Amino acid sequence: MPDIILIGLNHTTAPVELRECIAFTPEETVVSLNQLKQEPDIEEVLIYSTCNRVEILMVSSSPATALELATQHIAKLHQISAAEFEPYLYQWENDQAVQHVFRVASSLDSMILGEPQILGQIKTAYHTATQEKASGLILNRLMHRAFFVAKKIRTETGIGDRAVSISYAAVELSKKIFDTLEAKKVLMIGAGEMAELAVEHLLRQRVGKLYVANRTFERGVSLAEKFKGLAIRLEEIPALLEQVDIIISSTGSTQLIIKRVQVKAAMRARRHKPLFFIDIAVPRDVDPEINRLNNAYVYDVDDLQNIIEENLADRKKEAIKGERIVDEGVIRFREWYDNLNVVPTIVSLRNKLHSIIEAEISKTLPSNQPEGSPNNMAIQKMIDAMVNKIMHDPTRLLKQEGHHINKPVYLDVARRLFNLDK
Amino acid sequence: MNAIIIAVTLCYILSAIGYLVYLIRQETYWYRAGFYVLILGVLLHTIWIGYGTIQAGHLPVHNLRETLSIAAWAITCLFVMLQTRYQLKILGAFASPLAAVIMIVSLQLPSQTTYSSPAFSSLWLYFHIVTVFLGDAAFALAFGAGIFYLVQEQAIKNKTPGFFYRRLPSLEFIDATGYACIVVGFTLLTIGLITGFAYAKAVWGRFWSWDPKEIWSGIAWLLYAALLHARISMGWRGRKAAIMAIIGFGVLMFTFFGVNFFLKGHHGDFTRW
Repeated sequence: MPDIILIGLNHTTAPVELRECIAFTPEETVVSLNQLKQEPDIEEVLIYSTCNRVEILMVSSSPATALELATQHIAKLHQISAAEFEPYLYQWENDQAVQHVFRVASSLDSMILGEPQILGQIKTAYHTATQEKASGLILNRLMHRAFFVAKKIRTETGIGDRAVSISYAAVELSKKIFDTLEAKKVLMIGAGEMAELAVEHLLRQRVGKLYVANRTFERGVSLAEKFKGLAIRLEEIPALLEQVDIIISSTGSTQLIIKRVQVKAAMRARRHKPLFFIDIAVPRDVDPEINRLNNAYVYDVDDLQNIIEENLADRKKEAIKGERIVDEGVIRFREWYDNLNVVPTIVSLRNKLHSIIEAEISKTLPSNQPEGSPNNMAIQKMIDAMVNKIMHDPTRLLKQEGHHINKPVYLDVARRLFNLDK
Repeated sequence: MNAIIIAVTLCYILSAIGYLVYLIRQETYWYRAGFYVLILGVLLHTIWIGYGTIQAGHLPVHNLRETLSIAAWAITCLFVMLQTRYQLKILGAFASPLAAVIMIVSLQLPSQTTYSSPAFSSLWLYFHIVTVFLGDAAFALAFGAGIFYLVQEQAIKNKTPGFFYRRLPSLEFIDATGYACIVVGFTLLTIGLITGFAYAKAVWGRFWSWDPKEIWSGIAWLLYAALLHARISMGWRGRKAAIMAIIGFGVLMFTFFGVNFFLKGHHGDFTRW
């Protein structure tokens, strides 16, 4: 049986500069797949490359040569010497390689535990490999099991349940304050990556009108255009407090932008409808005392950061369950893989024939034949002869040595034709 | 027939377990199981009360055992009705354990009726009792919502998301639920008081007789009226509304038990034991 081997580097083993250098573009992936699959020592190959990892997965009967070929290929493609990146490489074989692939697909090996993008990236890599006919029976089966394991972990554990980014944590909090975010009015004060991400998430929850306030009005107008909102001047904010429901503030101001008295006055006018402040600015824009007013809630960056840390700790707890599901998956895959060997397949086919013939004979003949009677012995002999004759040609074919038949495929077909894996 | 009332109690207990497990594990089928068992319990309970009414010739509310049983019925019945109208899932974790506890207490009490009188078979009285109990049940649910609100608000204000934060719905939703319960409760209590006056006029010849229970019911009614007024005119909601709902229910509980135990009056017999 050939071996499953994996070679690669990721965010824990290699610095970002090296990962950037080694990364494969989609075009490079296609070229590499085609070159590597030409090698007689590589039977199947699949490559995935994301910003945090580059890995080459192969099936080969001479693993040492295949690993060497892959390393040389990386060096040649990216025009760096192998010595520069070899110390950062890891290599896994068989069960460990399978386990690694399952862990990667389930996001147990990701920089942000449980992040959902990796599964999509692996699926794309798989599609590319099948399109280029670089992957075959074994890797296809392995990838399908990986998708299955990843999906199972996502639904049966809480690994992806809780927000682990500032902007998502803010949206989750909003959902605990407001029944629905639909048609809620949002005010963004200032700008910045985190604030804009939060606004994007909120817009995806179909919030209502968006107001954008900025110290420089022109900047406000262009931001408002980007998010299809309405640009306002900073002086209009106190009046707007009566209307908006969610306020995201992220200015560079050293003084408070929103003061307690302003909110207190606005609360009466807005009939005490809840008001949620997300203060991403450092130093803060929103007076923390506002949090003590009824129906007003203020969260600053530190508060959100604390929530994220708690959520990450929860994900780590859930990951333990995930590891268990991965291990189960590895065992299941191992069973399938072992059965691809010639001997177990022939044995189970033989057993199946035996039991069918015996069952039919006992149905047809009267059952009062004594054990060891001449009649009975003759029948047993006949059964053995029949099974041997039927099995003769398939056994010869499957046991044939040489490269001109793809043995795993034949074995797989045989097992499926006779339903040996039920 | 005693088997029925035990079956009812069992249904409420099972339903309470279903809802509490749902609260902890958040798996829909627990909540569904709890809800269906609760419906079964309500149906059996209704049959039991109907049977008791036919047997006695009047609603079975003449000792504390019977009164508590009716109170539990009112809570579950109202919850089932509201549940089909609104999505109150989580409030079941309050309503069915409450009903279960009331039923268990009720079964411990003696069952002999103190006395009977033809005056008890008046239609006004039936109406009075049923609407007042259903109204009280609605206020009990509003009380539960008020507590949920305070717990959830505490978690959000203190920035300590914990066990309940993840399981309870949004503040706005809990608040709206409590408000809906108060509107229903207030309407029923108002009808209950009016039918009570009508009955008093028919039996004693006067609408109002300064009976302690009447006075305390009046106080509770005024309190809820004030709460509704503040909400409609000034938008009082959230924490203040939740606290008011809790206080209002406290007054109601005093009206229900306290008045009978500590003060005398013509309602006293119904909770004697």
